Amino acid sequence: MVTPGKVRLLDRVMRLATGVVAGGSLVAMAAILLFLLRDSWPSILYNGAHFLTSITWNIGNLYGSALSHHGGAVAPAGATYGILPFILGTLLSSLIAVVLAVPLAVGIGLLLVEYLPRRIGDSLSFAVEMLAGIPSVVIGLWGIAVLIPWIGHDLGPWLQAALGFVPIFRGPIGSGQGLLASGLVLAVMITPIIAATTRDVLRQTPRETKEGALGLGLTRWEMIRAVSLPWSMSGIFGAVILGLGRALGETMAVLMVSGSAVNYLPQNIFSPIGTMAATIVSQLDSAMTDPTGMAIHALAEIALVLFVMSILVNVPARLLLSGAVKKGGEAQ
Amino acid sequence: MNVAWRHLKDRIMLGLAALMGLIILVPVVGMLWLVVSHALPALTIGLFTQVTVGTGGGLLNAIVGTFYVVGLGILIAGPLGILAGVYIGEVNPAGRFSQFLRFTTDIMAGVPSIVIGYFGYVTLVLGLGWGFSTLAGAIALALIGIPYVVRSTETALSKVPRGMREASLALGASQTTTIWRVTLREALPGVITGVLLALSIAIGETAPLLYTAGWSNYMPELRLTHSPIGYLTYVVWTYINEPFAKAQSLAYAAGLLLLVLIVIVNLVARRLVGRSRVSH
Repeated sequence: MVTPGKVRLLDRVMRLATGVVAGGSLVAMAAILLFLLRDSWPSILYNGAHFLTSITWNIGNLYGSALSHHGGAVAPAGATYGILPFILGTLLSSLIAVVLAVPLAVGIGLLLVEYLPRRIGDSLSFAVEMLAGIPSVVIGLWGIAVLIPWIGHDLGPWLQAALGFVPIFRGPIGSGQGLLASGLVLAVMITPIIAATTRDVLRQTPRETKEGALGLGLTRWEMIRAVSLPWSMSGIFGAVILGLGRALGETMAVLMVSGSAVNYLPQNIFSPIGTMAATIVSQLDSAMTDPTGMAIHALAEIALVLFVMSILVNVPARLLLSGAVKKGGEAQ
Repeated sequence: MNVAWRHLKDRIMLGLAALMGLIILVPVVGMLWLVVSHALPALTIGLFTQVTVGTGGGLLNAIVGTFYVVGLGILIAGPLGILAGVYIGEVNPAGRFSQFLRFTTDIMAGVPSIVIGYFGYVTLVLGLGWGFSTLAGAIALALIGIPYVVRSTETALSKVPRGMREASLALGASQTTTIWRVTLREALPGVITGVLLALSIAIGETAPLLYTAGWSNYMPELRLTHSPIGYLTYVVWTYINEPFAKAQSLAYAAGLLLLVLIVIVNLVARRLVGRSRVSH
């Protein structure tokens, strides 16, 4: 027989155990920060602020015995670790992705919530969710097989003919690998994320206000402008930043279409680029051959910068979204 | 303002929105068609009975490896995520600590998977000296999946009507019994949906596994550490860049298997969501 005392003890154990596990996510985040900081510390000493502002990524002469000392840390002779091109590549490709994805995603969100009947809306929803679930390597596969040749042969020359007066569209188009291909692939990947969140936020708009607007004789679009969009604006904004965060950290699809440029700042929208996330993968093999281990420490520092960046982007996104949900909750 | 113009504008905006809906279908259909049409020549019995050799062979090692490392990852992520979700959604739903945890869980879901992979590399592969291994890969996948399980569990629990809890407690059941026999059972479709979401994300991951699981041409060993393991996403990434048609069709075949697995998982999840809607 279970006595009340035992029951109380069991409940207490259960509360404690679930609480400890729940707190685990905090521990994990702290551990990620600490271990990345510890592992990148030699690189931080060696490179200083140079890490963020230098263009040259060179892991040095691994076959000589000469070493280069800096800031109390040791690296192979001639080694410099500058990630400015990767930072720019990350920011520019994500910017292109967001610019392309926002109209797509908001259009789809409006279509799903305000325009389409449930039946058709559900199929479109399914297609969008399907796209969100496609592994990034498969999207990269499509990028290699379809997108890159299309940019190289059709889209690139066409853009140049139409927009050649804008400097970023001038210059060599190359094979199609590069900044534009990365931006397009990222746009395809973040559109479903932004669209799904936008759909959820738009659904929170109070029905009475919407019906009131229509009842006053507003057209559906005027109702969207006057009620739905103002009501959902902060939530949509949060969704966009959430998508931006995803684009900044996306690795494989970008790695497959970016051209993996090193030591090279993008010259135009067709330039080959490297992003921070993609570089962590593309440089792993060569970094592991560094006997001083400094190249690995430098990769750890890229991961650290990426981690900090993802938190700086996700915190405001989540604050905006939780505000939007709360507003919706109060109205209902 | 002219009424005709207002209605025309309404039409134009609808047209634009519909255009966006059509545009997004292009990559979806394009990817499916690309992968299916290119994978067909590679779909032979050998694909499922041979391991990868050089730039050819089959995918047996990668298929088994994906099941092994992803399965283990979900075995870790599922229970931990559900327990954490129970705390946030049921034990202490209104508390400040829970509110904070909800927030950090969402932030954790936004951490790039390559960062988690690198963390696994530093701590497990190098730090604990496991080398590239199944367990290191599974733990990395678990860290990526846990936030999704936590949030779905918590959301599903918060939708269970309060009366069911009160009835159970009033009958003298302890809180533990109430959660285990009543609320969790009621929230089960939502909980499983979260686990399936984590599963489908884990199946498609590549970058974190490169840093933790490594790659192997051989059949996976049962050993959890000190033995690298193959998985399907690796084949897609590396074999598409080989200059041989056979290697490339292997990449497409691996891509097709991944898509099939993910569609199956998504369809099961949709059925569950549908069922939970019907029951209320």
